[in-house]
Amino acid sequence: MIIKVLGSGCKSCLKLEENTNKAIHELSIKAEILKVTDFADIAKFNVLKTPALVIDERVVSFGKINEVEDIKNFLKQ
Amino acid sequence: MFKIIADTIVYNWLSLSSASHWTEALHFFIYDSLKISFLVVFVISLMGIINLYFPVDKVRQFLENKKLYGLEHLLASLLGAVTPFCSCSSIPLFIGFLKGGIPLGVTLSFLITSPLVNEIAIVLFLGIFGLKITLIYAISGILIGTVVGFFLSKLGLEEHLEDWVKEQLKEKIAQAALNDNRNFKERIPEIKAEAIDTFVKIIPYVLGGVAIGGIIHGFVPTGYFEQYMGKENIFAVPISTVLAIPMYSNASGIIPIIQSLVAKGIPIGTAMAFMMAVVGLSLPEALLLKKVMKIKLIVIYFSSVGISIILLGYFFNFIL
Repeated sequence: MIIKVLGSGCKSCLKLEENTNKAIHELSIKAEILKVTDFADIAKFNVLKTPALVIDERVVSFGKINEVEDIKNFLKQ
Repeated sequence: MFKIIADTIVYNWLSLSSASHWTEALHFFIYDSLKISFLVVFVISLMGIINLYFPVDKVRQFLENKKLYGLEHLLASLLGAVTPFCSCSSIPLFIGFLKGGIPLGVTLSFLITSPLVNEIAIVLFLGIFGLKITLIYAISGILIGTVVGFFLSKLGLEEHLEDWVKEQLKEKIAQAALNDNRNFKERIPEIKAEAIDTFVKIIPYVLGGVAIGGIIHGFVPTGYFEQYMGKENIFAVPISTVLAIPMYSNASGIIPIIQSLVAKGIPIGTAMAFMMAVVGLSLPEALLLKKVMKIKLIVIYFSSVGISIILLGYFFNFIL
């Protein structure tokens, strides 16, 4: 599973990455987190607001910092 | 209410004499810090609620589909005023708007107003200058966004976007719209976290600014600055505007200082121009925009916003 955290590297993106990390550990699944910071790459996902969370190339959330529990739910789907 | 608390602390508990400069400075500091802290928490929470319910997607769709003969600039500008400003989100929004088929001029209206009328500036204005000046400030900011965006739309600036942006715009597709089905109660933690985060982030600057303001308030004679930066000095407004550009990161500290300067004789129009330039013409913002715009467009964008701010400063010095 490949999870992408989209965002230019501001505080909220870091927080989202941290939460995602926690979620992965708590579910103990194998997943790779990639940080996408380049605006051209972010634009390809058509999100209006960052940070955004992309699981296997599908945008599951944008414009907010998801809680660990929310991210777990995304991962289970 | 805050005045009573400040009075009690300074005059009753510390039993300081009201004649001393230090007492005056301390009283000012306690009063302003209390008032501003309260307002920060209140307004940030309120903005959080508005933001969660504000249908950014719907407004964008509305702007995409309509020809409104100039009104679309006003709408985009209003949208910029209510969306909380975060410099890291402004580029994705910018591209998202353009990709959705919203013209560059309308998108610029949004982009200009978004930092100019942001929740932190509004909080500090309310706390420091009161409702009337805050409203004047907000309306002016929205007007600048509307008018400058409209004006820029006539110049055909699309060619000055960076090449990768132009490439992206070839495929005009609908943006991913995600529905947020949580009810109000479920959203409270997020609003609370946001409010606390903002509070922690700006409060050191605010307190620093209020402390400096308090000292100016206590020690500098009333009307002191009038001789240097009064209304008759025609260079005061443009100089303040230019001086403001590097001050972005300290916006929350600067507004309380400005209040004291106004009290000591700097005209409100000059002060207003300075503050608009602090939040509206920021260097970090320019560096970010460099990724999507070519230099020429950035220069045109910043100079037209700058000129509008200067004109507005003169106007307020004239009428207020």
